[in-house]
Amino acid sequence: MMARLLQERVAFFTIVRKEIRRFMRIWVQTITPPAINAILYMLIFGGLIGSRIREMDGVPYMDFIVPGVIMMGIIINSYANVSSSMFSAKMQHYIEELVVAPVSNITILMGFIIGGVARGLAVGTLVTCVALFFTDLSPQYPLITLSIALLTSVMFSLGGFLNALFANTFDDISIVPNFVLTPLTYFGGIFYSISLLPEFWQTVSKLNPVLYMINGFRFGILGASDIPLWQSYAVILLFIAALGSVCLWLLHRGAGIKQ
Amino acid sequence: MKALHIEALTKVYDGGVHALRGIDLSVEEGNFFALLGPNGAGKSTAIGIIASLVNKTSGHVSVCGHDLDTAKEAAKANIGLVPQEFNFSVFESVESIVMNVAGYNGLPRRLAKQRTEHYLKQLSLWDKRKAAARDLSGGMKRRLMIARALVHEPKLLILDEPTAGVDIEIRRTMWEFLTHINKEQGTSIILTTHYLEEAESLCRDVAIIDQGTIVEQGTVSELLSRSMMETFVLDTQQPVAATSIGPYSVRTREDGKIEIDVSQGTALNDVFNELTTHGITVSSLRNKENRLEAFFLRLVNSQRESAAANGQAAHNALGAAQ
Ligand SMILES: Nc1ncnc2c1ncn2[C@@H]1O[C@H](COP(=O)(O)OP(=O)(O)OP(=O)(O)O)[C@@H](O)[C@H]1O
Ligand SMILES: [Mg+2]
Repeated sequence: MMARLLQERVAFFTIVRKEIRRFMRIWVQTITPPAINAILYMLIFGGLIGSRIREMDGVPYMDFIVPGVIMMGIIINSYANVSSSMFSAKMQHYIEELVVAPVSNITILMGFIIGGVARGLAVGTLVTCVALFFTDLSPQYPLITLSIALLTSVMFSLGGFLNALFANTFDDISIVPNFVLTPLTYFGGIFYSISLLPEFWQTVSKLNPVLYMINGFRFGILGASDIPLWQSYAVILLFIAALGSVCLWLLHRGAGIKQ
Repeated sequence: MKALHIEALTKVYDGGVHALRGIDLSVEEGNFFALLGPNGAGKSTAIGIIASLVNKTSGHVSVCGHDLDTAKEAAKANIGLVPQEFNFSVFESVESIVMNVAGYNGLPRRLAKQRTEHYLKQLSLWDKRKAAARDLSGGMKRRLMIARALVHEPKLLILDEPTAGVDIEIRRTMWEFLTHINKEQGTSIILTTHYLEEAESLCRDVAIIDQGTIVEQGTVSELLSRSMMETFVLDTQQPVAATSIGPYSVRTREDGKIEIDVSQGTALNDVFNELTTHGITVSSLRNKENRLEAFFLRLVNSQRESAAANGQAAHNALGAAQ
């Protein structure tokens, strides 16, 4: 029993190390583009347009958008890391190295997820560093800020994993990010407070899970949010539980991996 | 103990193909075992199920006494797999591919390093350890998969057509290496092949699989001599209790008829003379289908196909059987 646990632990760290090395090896593709995006958002929206808007919800516009821009980097990169890594493993069949080895499904899943979290948080940290050139960032509630970032990253890593299990072509792993994830993040209140919206669109916006993450994160940094904090945690945890169970169940059945 | 035990294993693929139609197979620990069969016989399917890459439809598999259904992890820990198709990350280096698999099997890093070095050296890949896998030649890739399969020193090594597309010289060194592993480390080995020659020179026991069924099982030489026998089914007017008549072995079937084995080329007159001498009157005779012969014919065709596909000179693998 003890030996099994030790063995799973070694396997887990092997997967994590491999996942981190994968995105670090191609850092030009994986780490730098989100940082450049973030610079552009902050220059154009925060700097040029923001100087006309001045304030949103009582905070300078630049300060308002920074948490959302950081979160966008975390969301998109966690997702992309796991979906592309898992999809390559499937397509080149080296996922079989793991399936054949005495490694439990939960270890495999956690290994990939932590890989995605590492990339998401690496990008988040980099964007934060960039943001420091534009504004002072001193989180009101560091623990909330960190925990929301971490949980969001876990959630979207799980989403990427699920996507990869179903994907059969490279198109299949770009459809969800392009047609679902990007719109949801843009409408998730990165650049505006939903209190600006008419009643009806406010209600619609509240169906968007990304809204809860961005607002939770913004609360951690600015101490203000459109959404009660507990709702942010509840939505994220609910999604993690649901996505995690589906992923484990599919792994158990060997969906997309075994015949 | 059995390195591998399979009972009534079946597999029906989603498309409806019956790849395995209830096979039973048993491989003793320490054996060097060949699974011989033509294209599409079900070899890779059987191996896929043993290695947990394919879900079975029904039946039982146990590896070194661990049932795949109830002790999956323990069974997996005892298997090293060299699959038919390359399945490593092409961008990864040779060394890290082997190191990662050592890690998946729970080897602490120092031991993983030692083993990786040991097996890469044994398979003449140490100089290539920093190379990306895609830059290796076909034979090197094959050897990389062998090193990867051995790094956790499994009790059972399974190789699915390890010598396909490998030149004669490398094939010989690979054979020597496998024999060494089998003899010195006591690793049980199962390999699949189209080549009778390969089974003959390497393996103690062989099972012949064709169209999802095990046709015959035994030692290689037994099967070869059996394939050169012809069997006749006789209706005799007297019951026959003997197990041999002159030089020919006979059996009584459940329906009361007699089967008699005659090596190919024997004159039937000689057989009848012998029967007459023993006071047996034959009222009818027919030729029993020789399943082995039918099988070897298909095997030859399958070899021709794959030799043509590989662009290699046709193999003279069946020399002994013909
Ligand atoms: N993924 C799959 N889906 C559907 N049918 C399959 C699949 N894989 C194999 N088959 C079918 O199952 C049968 C057995 O195939 P298998 O690959 O096990 O044969 P094999 O003995 O390994 O052949 P070869 O010598 O060509 O490798 C074949 O009819 C094949 O077409
Ligand atoms: Mg095969």
